[in-house]
Amino acid sequence: MNLFILLVVVLAIIAIAQLTKVYDLSRTLRNSREEEVSAADNRVNANAWIVWMFVFFGSVIYLYAKYGDYLPESASEHGVAMDKLMSLNIWLITIVFFIVNYLLFTFANKYRFNPNRKAKFFAHDNRLEMLWTLVPGVTMAFIIVYGLITWNNITGPASADAMKIELYSKQFDWTARYPGENKVFGAVDYNLIGTTNALGMVTKEGVAQKLAELDHNIESTEKAIADGVAKGTMPDSYMESLEEQLYKLKRHKQRILDLKENELNGQSQWLAGADDKIVKGEFHIPVGQEVEFVFRSQDVIHSAYMPHFRAQMNTVPGVPTRFKMKPTITTAEMRKKLGNDKFDYVLLCNKVCGAAHFNMKMTVVVDTPEDFNAWLAEQKTFSGEGAKKEEAAPAPASDTTMVAQTKI
Amino acid sequence: MGAHTHDHGHHEESFISKYIFSHDHKMISKQFLITAIFMGIVAVMLSIFFRLQLGWPGEKFAILNAFLGDKWAPDGILDKNAYLAMVTIHGTIMVFFVLTGGLSGTFANLLIPLQIGARDMASGFMNMLSYWFFLVSSLIMLASLFVEGGAASGGWTIYPPLSALPQAMPGSGTGMTLWLISMVLFVASSLLGGLNYIVTIINLRTKGMKMTRLPLTVWALLVTAILGVLSFPVLVSAVVLLIMDRTMGTAFYLSDIFIQGEALDVTGGSPILFQHLFWFLGHPEVYIVLLPALGISSEVIATNSRKPIFGYKAMIGSILAIGFLSFIVWGHHMYVTGMNPFIGSVFVFTTLLIAIPSAVKAFNYITTLWQGNIKFTPAMMFSVGLVSTFVTGGLTGIILADSALDVNVHDTYFVVAHFHIVMGMSAIFGMLAGVYHWFPKMYGRMLNSKLGYAHFWLTMVCGFGVFFPMHFVGIAGAPRRYYDYSEFDYLDHVMDLNPMISTFAIIGGAAQLLFIFNFFHSIWYGQKATQNPWKSNTLEWTTPVQHVHGNWPGALPEVHRWAYDYSNPEHEEDFVPQIVPLKQGEHAH
Repeated sequence: MNLFILLVVVLAIIAIAQLTKVYDLSRTLRNSREEEVSAADNRVNANAWIVWMFVFFGSVIYLYAKYGDYLPESASEHGVAMDKLMSLNIWLITIVFFIVNYLLFTFANKYRFNPNRKAKFFAHDNRLEMLWTLVPGVTMAFIIVYGLITWNNITGPASADAMKIELYSKQFDWTARYPGENKVFGAVDYNLIGTTNALGMVTKEGVAQKLAELDHNIESTEKAIADGVAKGTMPDSYMESLEEQLYKLKRHKQRILDLKENELNGQSQWLAGADDKIVKGEFHIPVGQEVEFVFRSQDVIHSAYMPHFRAQMNTVPGVPTRFKMKPTITTAEMRKKLGNDKFDYVLLCNKVCGAAHFNMKMTVVVDTPEDFNAWLAEQKTFSGEGAKKEEAAPAPASDTTMVAQTKI
Repeated sequence: MGAHTHDHGHHEESFISKYIFSHDHKMISKQFLITAIFMGIVAVMLSIFFRLQLGWPGEKFAILNAFLGDKWAPDGILDKNAYLAMVTIHGTIMVFFVLTGGLSGTFANLLIPLQIGARDMASGFMNMLSYWFFLVSSLIMLASLFVEGGAASGGWTIYPPLSALPQAMPGSGTGMTLWLISMVLFVASSLLGGLNYIVTIINLRTKGMKMTRLPLTVWALLVTAILGVLSFPVLVSAVVLLIMDRTMGTAFYLSDIFIQGEALDVTGGSPILFQHLFWFLGHPEVYIVLLPALGISSEVIATNSRKPIFGYKAMIGSILAIGFLSFIVWGHHMYVTGMNPFIGSVFVFTTLLIAIPSAVKAFNYITTLWQGNIKFTPAMMFSVGLVSTFVTGGLTGIILADSALDVNVHDTYFVVAHFHIVMGMSAIFGMLAGVYHWFPKMYGRMLNSKLGYAHFWLTMVCGFGVFFPMHFVGIAGAPRRYYDYSEFDYLDHVMDLNPMISTFAIIGGAAQLLFIFNFFHSIWYGQKATQNPWKSNTLEWTTPVQHVHGNWPGALPEVHRWAYDYSNPEHEEDFVPQIVPLKQGEHAH
C-alpha cells in the first residue's frame, strides 16, 4: 500500500516534470512570454469564474437544503429567542454572501482584458464610499442592539425560585449535585477530595479521615527517609523525592488545618451538605422550572455544552461559573416530536481537556415535575441516607451556633 | 530621504555571507519564504493525518503507521493523544510559522525597501537575527514532534491548567516546554523584524515618497508590524508566567486543582488571566496574518485590473481602523468563560464595528474590478479568490461576534469553518498571490502560469470543499478537537459530510505539490524575467532583474506620483510608474 502510494506520487511528479518540459519547449518555439496572459488563458479563466459561481452557489444551496435544519427546536426558553436571532442573522449574511460573491465573479468575468479597450480611471467616489460605510454601519447597529437585548436576557440574574444544580467536571466525566432540602450546597474544598469523596465535601468525618490519612502518610514517609539516611546508600535523587513528598504532605495537612480553623469560625456552609444529592451518568431537571447551574472543575478547564438547550459555559478550576435556563420540552415529548424513542439530551465537554475529551458526556433528562420529584426522592443523600425525613437536615450555613457545637 | 551615499556593490561576498548569514533583505526574504514553505508542508501533512481519522474513524491507514510509527498510530489508527498533538501543531505552525513569520517575513523584507526606494532595511544585522531566531524557533517546534510524550496537545491556544500540568496529558510534558521555548524565540524574531520594518518605512522613504504615495502593501505591512510590536510582548509575558507555573511552583494560572490523586499546592491563580493575555495577542494576531494578504491583493488587483485601486485613502483608513479595533476585541473569544456579561457586551460592540472597515475593503476591491481590463495572471486569480474567502468567512464572524449566538456555536466546527475561510484561506491566497506576482523579482525568472492556474482552481475548489460544509457540522452542535463523534447520535446526520471533507483535504493538499514543483523548478529553469513583467507602477520594478546590493545601481529613484496611475486618461500607456514626473498641467492624485 505504502509502496503503491509512493509510486503514484513519484509518477505524478515525473509526469508534471515532463509536461512542463514539453510546455517550456513549445513556449520557446512560439516565442511567447509567460507574463503575457494569452487571450485563450484569459478567456478560459474568465469563464471559469462563472462556472465556479454556479458550482459554488449550487453546492451552498444543496447544503442549506440538506443540512439546514441543524438541531431540533430549542428545548429551553432562552434558546427560542436565540434561534430567532440566529435565523435572522443567517438570512442576512446569506443574502449578502450571494450578492457580494455574485458581483465579484460576474465583474471578474465581464471585465476581462480586451486590448482595444482601456480601463475606466475611477479612483474614488465619496458618495459610493459613504454608502458602503453607512449601510453596514446601520445594519451593525441593529444587529448589536438586538443581539445585546437577547444576551442580557440570557445572562441576567436568575429568579429567586430558580432551582440550583451544580455540575462538576473532571477528566473525563461529569457529576451533578442537588442542594437537598435546605436548598444550600454544602461547603466543598479540593483538599478533601479522595476516593470516597469525589467532590471534596466538607464534613466532620471527611476532615478527620483526611487528616488521619495524611498523618499516616507523613509518618511512613518520615520513616522511609530515616531508613534511607541510616542505610546511607540510597541515591540522592531518591532521597530528594522523598523530602519533596514529605514537604507536599505537610503543606496539604496545613491547608486542611487552615480550613478547619475557618470553618470553625463559621465562614461557610459547614455541614449543610449532609442532605446534598450527588448523581453521575445522568441528571434530571423538571420542565418549566428555571434552573441555575453552578459549574466547578476539579482539574483543567472544561466546557459544559448542552446543544439542545442552546446552553454553554466553561467550567474553570478555582472560579465558579453560572448559567441559567428554563427547559420547556421533556425528554418524552422530544422523543415523540423526533420520532426517535432513543433520543436523549446530552451534556458534553466542549473545551479540549485531554485524550478522552471526545467522550466526556452525561445524559440530561427533562421530566415532568412529578417524575422529577419522584426521581430526586430516590437519590441518596451525601450522608448516605435515602431522602427520608427522620434525619433532620443540618442547620443552614448562617447558623453559627450549630457549627460551633460541632467538634472535630 | 535617507539615501545611502556609499556604494554597496563593491565588496566580494563569500558563500556564507551571501546565502546563509546574509544581511540583504532580498536574500532574507527568500530564506523566510523557503522556511515557511517547508513548515507549510509539515502543517498540511499533519492536517491530512488527522483528517484521515475524522473522515474514516477507526479505519486503518498504513500511511499513518508509516509516518507516525507504532506508538502514535498503532495498526494505522491514529492515537488519541497523537490526534490532539497533530491538531495543536498544525494550528501553531500555520498561524505563527507560515502566516506570520512566513507571510510578513517574506513580503515585508522583500517589498518594504524595494517599494519605498531604500537601499536595504534600517538594520540589516537585526534583520538577519530576525530570520535566525525564526529558523531556530521553527526547528525547536519541529523537534517537539519527536519527544517522549509527543508534542504540545492542548490546542494552539494552550490554555492552562491543561498546558501547565504535565500530569494532565502526555503532551503537556517536554512537548509543551519546547512549544513555549520555541514561541519565546519566535516572538524575539517577530519583534526584531517588526521594529525594523517600522523604522525603515518611517525613515528611509526615497525622495517624493510621501506617506500618501505609499503602495497599500507597505501600508498594510506597516500596520501589521505595529500590531506585532504592541501585542507580541504580551504573549511573551503570558508564556513566561506559564513557564514559571510549570517549573517554579508559582500559581498565576492555577487554583484549587486536584489531579491524578494529588491536591496541588496552588491557590489564588486564575486560568482566565492567561486567556486575557493570550487573546490580547491572539486577536491582533488574526490581523497580523490577514492585513499583509489584503495589502498584497490591493496591489495585485489594481495592477491586473489596469485600474487605480478604488478609494485609496479609504483603504488606508480601513487598515488603520482594523488595526486599532483589533486591540479592543479580544474578549469575544471568552464569552462563555464566565466573564462578566456586561464586559461581554462591550466586546460585542467593538467586534461588530470591525465589519464596517472590512465591508469598505471588500466593496472597494469589487469596484476596482468594475470597468477594469482584467488580466488573469495566477496572482490575480488568487487575489480575486481572496476577496471571495474574505467576504464569505467574514460574514460568519457576525454570528460569532454576537455573544448571544456564540453561546451555542462557541468552539464548534462553525468556528473552525469561520476562521479557516476568513483567515486561513484568505491569508494563504494572499501569500500565494504574492509569490506568483513577485517571483520574478525574487528569482529573476517566471513561474509557469499553466501550473499556476491548475494550482489555483484545485486550491479554491478544495478549500471551500473542506471548510464550507464545516459550518453545517458546527451549527448542528459538533465540538471541535473531538477524536471521534460516533458517541453522539444527534450528530449522525451531519457526519456523512466528514469523508467528503477529508477527501477534499487530501486532494487540496496534494494540489500544493503543483506549486512546490513549479516553485523549485522555476528557480532554475523558469523563463527569464523581464524588468517589469506585469507593467506595474511601483518602484521594485525599476530595479535590475539581477539583484544588486543596495537595490538600485545608481542613484535612488525619485517619486513623483502615487502608485496607482493605471489607465490614466492623460497618458498613452495604461500604466505610469511612480518615477515618471508629472506632465505639465497634470494633477497628481
